Amino acid sequence: MTRVAVLVERHGEAVAAPTLETLTLARSLGDVVAVWLGGEPSAAAVASLGSHGASEVRVVEPQVRAAAAAAAALGAATADADVLLVTSTFVNKEIVTRLALATGAGVVVDAAGAALVDGHVETEQTVFAATWNVRTRITTERAIVALRPNTTQAVAMPDAVVPSLVTVAFEPPTTREAVVAVEAVEASGGVPLAEASVVVSGGRGTGGDYALIRELAELLGGAVGASRDATDEGWISHEHMVGQTGTTVTPRLYVAAGISGAVHHRGGMQASGTIVAVNLDPDAPIFEISDFGVVGSLFDVLPQAIARIREARA
Amino acid sequence: MRVLVTVKFTPDLQSHRTFTDGAVTRTADDGSMNELDENAVEAALQLVEAAGQGEVIALTVGGPDAVAAVRKALQLGVGRGIHVSDEAIAGSDVFGTARVVAAAVRRIHEEEPLDLVITGMAALDGLTSMLPTALAVELDWAQLTLASSLTVGDGVATIERHLPDAHETLQAPLPAVVSVTDEANKPRYPNFKMIMAARTAVIEKWSLADLGVDPASVGTAASRTAVLTAEPRPARTPQIVTDTGEGGRLLADFLIERGLA
Repeated sequence: MTRVAVLVERHGEAVAAPTLETLTLARSLGDVVAVWLGGEPSAAAVASLGSHGASEVRVVEPQVRAAAAAAAALGAATADADVLLVTSTFVNKEIVTRLALATGAGVVVDAAGAALVDGHVETEQTVFAATWNVRTRITTERAIVALRPNTTQAVAMPDAVVPSLVTVAFEPPTTREAVVAVEAVEASGGVPLAEASVVVSGGRGTGGDYALIRELAELLGGAVGASRDATDEGWISHEHMVGQTGTTVTPRLYVAAGISGAVHHRGGMQASGTIVAVNLDPDAPIFEISDFGVVGSLFDVLPQAIARIREARA
Repeated sequence: MRVLVTVKFTPDLQSHRTFTDGAVTRTADDGSMNELDENAVEAALQLVEAAGQGEVIALTVGGPDAVAAVRKALQLGVGRGIHVSDEAIAGSDVFGTARVVAAAVRRIHEEEPLDLVITGMAALDGLTSMLPTALAVELDWAQLTLASSLTVGDGVATIERHLPDAHETLQAPLPAVVSVTDEANKPRYPNFKMIMAARTAVIEKWSLADLGVDPASVGTAASRTAVLTAEPRPARTPQIVTDTGEGGRLLADFLIERGLA
């Protein structure tokens, strides 16, 4: 049986949503072990990992922050794994690159799915600012795939068992890189941008006023995004920037308000499920990649849309 | 201060791009240097300018058109350009590419020690951002990734970086591989004199044999992944309305109909 390891993403003590999606996918590939880096998971976290498919949770202590050390920790916990699945983040891409060089594994990052075909892992991903779909085979015996959030629907198993806890012996290596300061970024309430199933973004057209953007995001249970223009203006912090150099998002619904749709922005959101746009300029490129667009002022359109959604729910 | 910058030729993001036999079709007329590499070039130039002495070298790996990326770096003020090209490199995955880049870096480092290799945070065509890490591992050098600021002093590089959940300050001894983001600086524009000088500058061309790299260890055959199919994503069929007082309601109805609100 194929042994599939899943690196657990966390928000503090809680298991992050993308990990539950990854576990769900992992179940279709083989026998699943979850890898928890640093500290002891809570009973609730273990139960959640188990209900989504992990038969075993491997705990690696102590917590390490440098990528080289994290790669060693992950390697210690996954030596017997045929397939390793992680969430596609900048940090994880660095960790798996190091691990792949140590183990000879083939790697695909930013994947939207993975399957076992004739004993090899095959993945799907989008490239060129999400304008092409590519199917790739990992030809090596060991495979590592970094999956984008929101590309698999997380489904709990009805007959899950409580996974066994195994502590992995690990001596952190000395690394050349030292983390000399860490300043936590406060989550702006609600879901993190990269994981959100709905993203409402505002750009230059907001003029810096994000009240309506936040209101619609909250109403739809989503996260607030922004264009590069808006973060450059200092209207909203860099953590909100959607784009190829900010956060790449693939939510079920992406709302672009007052965003023209520069190529760098499109590359960070074009693979979203449904895209809707509101913009004053009928020639804004964002309309070309939208499923539904309104040519008009977001200050007129959004309040009416918010009222209508509230009315429909009432 | 001696700094090497890796640059990559990428197709213009706005241009039409295609695949041939599982590899990206690249043509010289629709591309240039990866835009994010401009930040790497700028960071290198600023460090050498601040040090008052030293050299910036631009290195690329790729087919004949890849030289455009080096020429762009020369236009920006880089003093020396190197183009590693060999038919055997075609089809390399990131690990094969890193092996070739590392061999070239080692050769330059042996001529005269380098302080830093600076790269962009990612290439805008593939955007995997794996190369800087693979290069650092191949070289067995320290690595600092995603720098939004970079300072160098007393043989140590210090960076700040913005992760989604934390702002970190990292340090590592030189020599190091550093990748910089587009927050790190504002790239300069080439002036006319530099453009003209870059046009005739001699760019050194190295082959795998020059670097002592076994051709069998790179290229398609050594790649750990193979592209099976590549297809353009189907275009969306936009439904666009002009707001005449009902735009918000229509938008809401669209979302409700799709079960999204």
